[in-house]
Amino acid sequence: MAMIGHKKQHMPVLAAARRVSSFEEVPLGYTLAMAEHEADRCLQCPDPQCEQGCPVQVPVRDFIGLLAQGRVEDSVRKMKEYNRLPAICGRVCPQEEQCEIQCVLNRSGRHPVAIGRLERFVADWERTNGWVETEPPEPNGQKVAVIGAGPSGLTCAGDLAARGYDVTVFEALHAPGGVLMYGIPEFRLPKAIVEDDVARLEALGVKFVYNVLVGRTLTIDDLMDRMGFGAVFIGTGAGLPRFMKIPGENLGGVYSANEFLTRINLMRAYRFPEYDTPLRMGRRVAVIGAGNTAMDCVRTALRVGAEQGLIVYRRSEHEMSARAEEYEHAVEEGVQFHWLTAPVRILGGEDGWVNGLECVRMELGEPDASGRRSPVAVPGSEFILPVDTVILALGTTPNPILLKATPGLPTNRHGCVVADPATGATTRPGVFAGGDVVTGAATVILAMGAGQKAARGIHEYLSRTPVPV
Amino acid sequence: MYRILHVRQLTPVTRLYLIDAPLIAESARPGQFVILRVDETGERIPVTITDFDRGAGTITIVVQEVGKTTRLLAQLGEGDCIRDVAGPLGSPVNLPDGGRVALVGGGFGTAAILTIARELARRPGVQVDAIVGARTHELLILAREVGAVVDRFLPCTDDGSLGYKGFVTSLLGEKIAAREGYNLVLAVGPMPMMRAVAEVTRTAAIPTLASLDPIMLDGTGMCGACRCRVGGENKFACVDGPFFDAHQVDFAELARRTKMYHYEERLALERFQAQDRATAEPVA
Ligand SMILES: Cc1cc2nc3c(=O)[nH]c(=O)nc-3n(C[C@H](O)[C@H](O)[C@H](O)COP(=O)(O)OP(=O)(O)OC[C@H]3O[C@@H](n4cnc5c(N)ncnc54)[C@H](O)[C@@H]3O)c2cc1C
Ligand SMILES: Cc1cc2nc3c(=O)[nH]c(=O)nc-3n(C[C@H](O)[C@H](O)[C@H](O)COP(=O)(O)OP(=O)(O)OC[C@H]3O[C@@H](n4cnc5c(N)ncnc54)[C@H](O)[C@@H]3O)c2cc1C
Ligand code: SF4
Ligand code: SF4
Ligand code: FES
Repeated sequence: MAMIGHKKQHMPVLAAARRVSSFEEVPLGYTLAMAEHEADRCLQCPDPQCEQGCPVQVPVRDFIGLLAQGRVEDSVRKMKEYNRLPAICGRVCPQEEQCEIQCVLNRSGRHPVAIGRLERFVADWERTNGWVETEPPEPNGQKVAVIGAGPSGLTCAGDLAARGYDVTVFEALHAPGGVLMYGIPEFRLPKAIVEDDVARLEALGVKFVYNVLVGRTLTIDDLMDRMGFGAVFIGTGAGLPRFMKIPGENLGGVYSANEFLTRINLMRAYRFPEYDTPLRMGRRVAVIGAGNTAMDCVRTALRVGAEQGLIVYRRSEHEMSARAEEYEHAVEEGVQFHWLTAPVRILGGEDGWVNGLECVRMELGEPDASGRRSPVAVPGSEFILPVDTVILALGTTPNPILLKATPGLPTNRHGCVVADPATGATTRPGVFAGGDVVTGAATVILAMGAGQKAARGIHEYLSRTPVPV
Repeated sequence: MYRILHVRQLTPVTRLYLIDAPLIAESARPGQFVILRVDETGERIPVTITDFDRGAGTITIVVQEVGKTTRLLAQLGEGDCIRDVAGPLGSPVNLPDGGRVALVGGGFGTAAILTIARELARRPGVQVDAIVGARTHELLILAREVGAVVDRFLPCTDDGSLGYKGFVTSLLGEKIAAREGYNLVLAVGPMPMMRAVAEVTRTAAIPTLASLDPIMLDGTGMCGACRCRVGGENKFACVDGPFFDAHQVDFAELARRTKMYHYEERLALERFQAQDRATAEPVA
């Protein structure tokens, strides 16, 4: 019998004081007892609303039900029918706006079941207790190329390999994971988890080829006409950073979020000089923006020696797009928030390095056509924040290199590839796309969902197409 | 892993590496570069593709030892592997089908003009002068290779030990003054040289392209570390470049940005040399 009286099991976390000097993961994870306790709160609804909120329709009720019965291994199996990367989703999904917001407990004013934390528990249990094996697939002799090893590409590759396809993933960088590896920091998503998940895919037969920038090293035509790939999935993400075009943007100490995070996460500049990639960290850091990326930057800056971390955002707290948990952790770690504040220019000293950020205060104006209240500058309210490092976390758009090199691939006015949301099919036969390259910067689970749908789309397409001889 | 098939010492601090990299060789074009990472803890550094052989599946790079990573690379020999080589990166340089072209090279830039010279040699309408410079005769690299594919090979040495005595820019200026007009000048080498070339050709209004060498990280257009101001606008050198209209480049800013990590670079080098002294036999 479910016990709905008590509150959501609290997540044990690393003490805030210890966090800012290390890259250890902050939330520590449930113990088995805590997980079973939390699973017990689930009502096992006949019509589980939580599942409607999940972009990949994880069978939330059933995996939690099995967990509540202590059948952890069966729970793992159930989960993996729908979600290949639960250790990652459990950690980084914005559950509060997806599955958990829909939970009936939440709707009746109680804490929702901690679905994300349970998902993480189940996945971590598998990691420590041995992999739950699935039947090896029967090879069907057809080749599929996946471009980009981010969550969309990894999911698509895994689903196709599980159906017997011979899958090769081509990745531009020297490591897999996409944003999971170069963007999201270690303290939120340990890189060993991404590496393990990739190793699982390799065990399924997926091949990974790094250092291949499709559009430069190879083209989609090469893959399909010369190299015998029957279909291609484009999962190249939205990696092109936006700059503000304000004065001072090229001063020393100004980084795009992608540069800052890549230096640290992918290249491990926080372990310089043991690792060769350098990073110059100031004492007072302003991060412009208030999404997950901005929170990651400011919290990372505190961990690599900044004494003060500031978030500068032109809208208010309510419009911030970061996950609730990341915002809470940032507050706990002492980040200062300058809401309704917009940068005007970056000031530099004679040495060519940043020494200040000139800002102007903003007010929220009348709602626009979309109902969003857009900020307007308050005349004469300029002021200077004395900072020595500025990180621009202003969002990203799809990288155009591949798209420019691929004729017959329409994009929309945001530079995103146009693809059928149900199958990932583009207007070019055999070419599918999904994830951030289609939607613009979104979430890990949406990218995974797109990879999953495209795998189905590719399977249908290739089942209709005769194998070339 | 990318195997080094052959190494040739060109000067005491410059080596040529022939690397097995079939995918890169297959699509490389003049003006493009690779990003390499020597080992697991290494930095990603950009290096021009000096030559490529599609049939053999190899590329050639020429690297001058200036800091930790380039010295680490220099410790590798034939049969050893470079951890990662990604490319070809950047946009191929836009070359003309006719007219007179001057290729100006200094330092590793002399090697970097080889693929360009070779491509131009295939275009019968183009006449090419290679104006290449070094401090002294022995430091002039790949003279034979470049000399073989250009119409006129014009070496310059500071000490006059070979060819013209003086800087490449002086000779270029003299050629221009002597009305041996060029339709295009391409400059590859140390930034002060490229900047000086731009000044020489600006007054004569000769279109000039320089191969910019900002600090790079990914080389795929994802970080913006390589942004350079060209004509008042930010351009990513790893995607739109490395060649840009030299008359439009903000060289002062570029010079400042490439010095950004001087302190860390020195630290890394000193640490490397100390370790080297502790472990290895004396370096030749
Ligand atoms: C700092 C940061 C924090 C985030 N935090 C969260 C979070 O907490 N929760 C959440 O749900 N989402 C978060 N997101 C968003 C999420 O990470 C992305 O939506 C997701 O990673 C998109 O997946 P993808 O597979 O489409 O692309 P990506 O993850 O961007 O991967 C694309 C891959 O393709 C490669 N590639 C690109 N072009 C080529 C080419 N031409 N040839 C070969 N390879 C290529 C890239 O190198 C990269 O590895 C965050 C994003 C950032 C930047
Ligand atoms: C497009 C391009 C093509 C190049 N081609 C060649 C070539 O063919 N042969 C050659 O010898 N050199 C070439 N370089 C320069 C080469 O990348 C640097 O010499 C190398 O990165 C130095 O690394 P280091 O660790 O040995 O020295 P460091 O001590 O780290 O740096 C010495 C100097 O090299 C530059 N540098 C350092 N790190 C980077 C980086 N990540 N990206 C770019 N520049 C950096 C800086 O100006 C720095 O002051 C090229 C650079 C670019 C941008
Ligand atoms: S995948 Fe994400 S959204 Fe779906 S149930 Fe799990 S945590 Fe919730
Ligand atoms: S809605 Fe909530 S209580 Fe109902 S099945 Fe889903 S998690 Fe359990
Ligand atoms: S090196 Fe990162 S965008 Fe050019």
